Amino acid sequence: MQEILQYLFSGLTNGAIYAVIALGFSMLYSSTELINFAHGEFVMLGALCMVTLAVNLGFPLIPAFFLSICAVAAAGLLFERLAIRPVRHPQPIVLIIITVGASIFLRGIGMLIWGKDAHSMPPFSQHPPLDVAGARLLIQSVWILVILAALTAALQMFYRRTLTGKAMTACAISKKAAWIVGIPTKWMVLLAFGLSTGMGAVAGAIIAPITMSSYDMGTMLGLKGFCAAMLGGLGSLWGAILGGFLLGILEALGVGFITSGLKDATAFVLLLLVLYVRPQGIIGPGEVKRF
Amino acid sequence: MDDRSHKIAYAVFALVVILLGWRVDNQYYLQLMIFIGLNTLLALSLNMLMGYAGQISLGHAAFYGIGAYVTAVLTTTYQVAPILALPAAVGSAMLIAWFVGIPTLRLSGYYLGMGTLGFGMIVHIVFREWSSVTGGASGFVGIPPLEIGPVVFASGKNYFFLVWAVVLLCLIMCRRIIDSRVGRALRSIHDGEKAAAAVGVDTKKLKLQVFVLSAGMAALAGFLYAHLVYFISPGTFSFVASIRIVTMVVIGGMASIWGALLGASLLTLLPEWLHAFSEFEMVVYGLILMSVMIFLPRGLTRGVLDVYERYRKNHDR
Repeated sequence: MQEILQYLFSGLTNGAIYAVIALGFSMLYSSTELINFAHGEFVMLGALCMVTLAVNLGFPLIPAFFLSICAVAAAGLLFERLAIRPVRHPQPIVLIIITVGASIFLRGIGMLIWGKDAHSMPPFSQHPPLDVAGARLLIQSVWILVILAALTAALQMFYRRTLTGKAMTACAISKKAAWIVGIPTKWMVLLAFGLSTGMGAVAGAIIAPITMSSYDMGTMLGLKGFCAAMLGGLGSLWGAILGGFLLGILEALGVGFITSGLKDATAFVLLLLVLYVRPQGIIGPGEVKRF
Repeated sequence: MDDRSHKIAYAVFALVVILLGWRVDNQYYLQLMIFIGLNTLLALSLNMLMGYAGQISLGHAAFYGIGAYVTAVLTTTYQVAPILALPAAVGSAMLIAWFVGIPTLRLSGYYLGMGTLGFGMIVHIVFREWSSVTGGASGFVGIPPLEIGPVVFASGKNYFFLVWAVVLLCLIMCRRIIDSRVGRALRSIHDGEKAAAAVGVDTKKLKLQVFVLSAGMAALAGFLYAHLVYFISPGTFSFVASIRIVTMVVIGGMASIWGALLGASLLTLLPEWLHAFSEFEMVVYGLILMSVMIFLPRGLTRGVLDVYERYRKNHDR
């Protein structure tokens, strides 16, 4: 029982991170119909920026957190402006190669700036781990869950209550119709990129204390976040969160009860299952272009 | 191009290969050209699927790996003659492609890309974790050289001719498939699957067939790779490798046989040239990928033609 609880905690922590990454994928996809293969690299940038600001430059935690998010979001805006907008025929395959190219480029930049070594930083606050029915829950995990909850609430508010958020939803439904009623769709795409990469940076910043951050950490995180997004339903906010937690928990249980070697396989087996059985995801939005 | 100009092109190609094999003695260059040949096979196989039938695969390295690992296990662990392992290597990849293809090819666009990506990752993880059979992450050592009858393909030159002969045969095979009735049906799937189905093309069956063919060719390349380097490890068949094959096809030019050759040559040589940039290698590589796709989205072979035609049109006016 205690063992299961321990796995569950580790699953919840990882799941929350996958959920944040999946949110980034999902919201970008819903407003631009684009899958950003460089998303994991923005997570990496977020983590390494956070480490540099908080540890090497000695910034206090909160400014470091927000500064690294802003820096990465700015990089995301540049990416949209320089590499995505100039594309004249945005077919999936072309966009896939461009974002893959961007991910290699960003990994190269990460290696140039931070070197090949792994970096670490202390947790957000120094408390001993909580003891819940004999299982240990790290304080950083609590931080991660709290930040995920705050982020979800903020996003929900943004989409439901603000005019910009509603305009973005309109873009997601039909870009042309949104443009006709006077929504600046180009700005919306740019904004979506900024928000999505910023969200990637959040994911990076919150895992920096519990893992070693290095220039090549992004690829696997990105792919798993992507699996989580697909699992819940690409383009759905709650789907991303559900998918993230489901993936995190199943992965943790798989490691605990089967073998740790298959940890990475869990995500992809789930991805194939969901694609074969229910490509719109568990709570995905309605019809999917499957044929 | 009509039939005769094809024949001329093959003849020129064969001549260039013979000339190169005859004149070049430098082991490093020979090795590099062998790798270009292997990559051409891979690019060609994916081009059939992606360029002609319009089906994205982000997991093609899996079949490359299956070809390599099947022959490695058979020839080393079970001491089977390499030439007998060849049909097993290609056949098993085709069989797996058939099983995986049935559910996967029902998807399209991004979803198909993701399905093949997931498959590729799973195969890669199997290579890495099934260490009792595949040697695990540290790789598989001691694969014997390829022997066909009395000929041992161990020296660089022998292997060079073998690989390029295979490349030429595959080029001709692909060309003939594309120019046939089946080829026209394939291209009709690319242009509009529903329309193709409406005029009586069995799109499901055809997509599966081209997927299986493509997997078989990739496995053939894997077989040749294993007997070239005698040592294989899972890293060679990772997601990055799949992406590299896609890049070769796209940069060379989709739906172009010679584009596969161009793309494979460029992407094999590029890292060699980029060593000069040492630290900046990845940055430059990423930049090249992005800029080619932004400015010449139809690949280099088509792209250069497009630019030339636009220039001529502007000039005539």
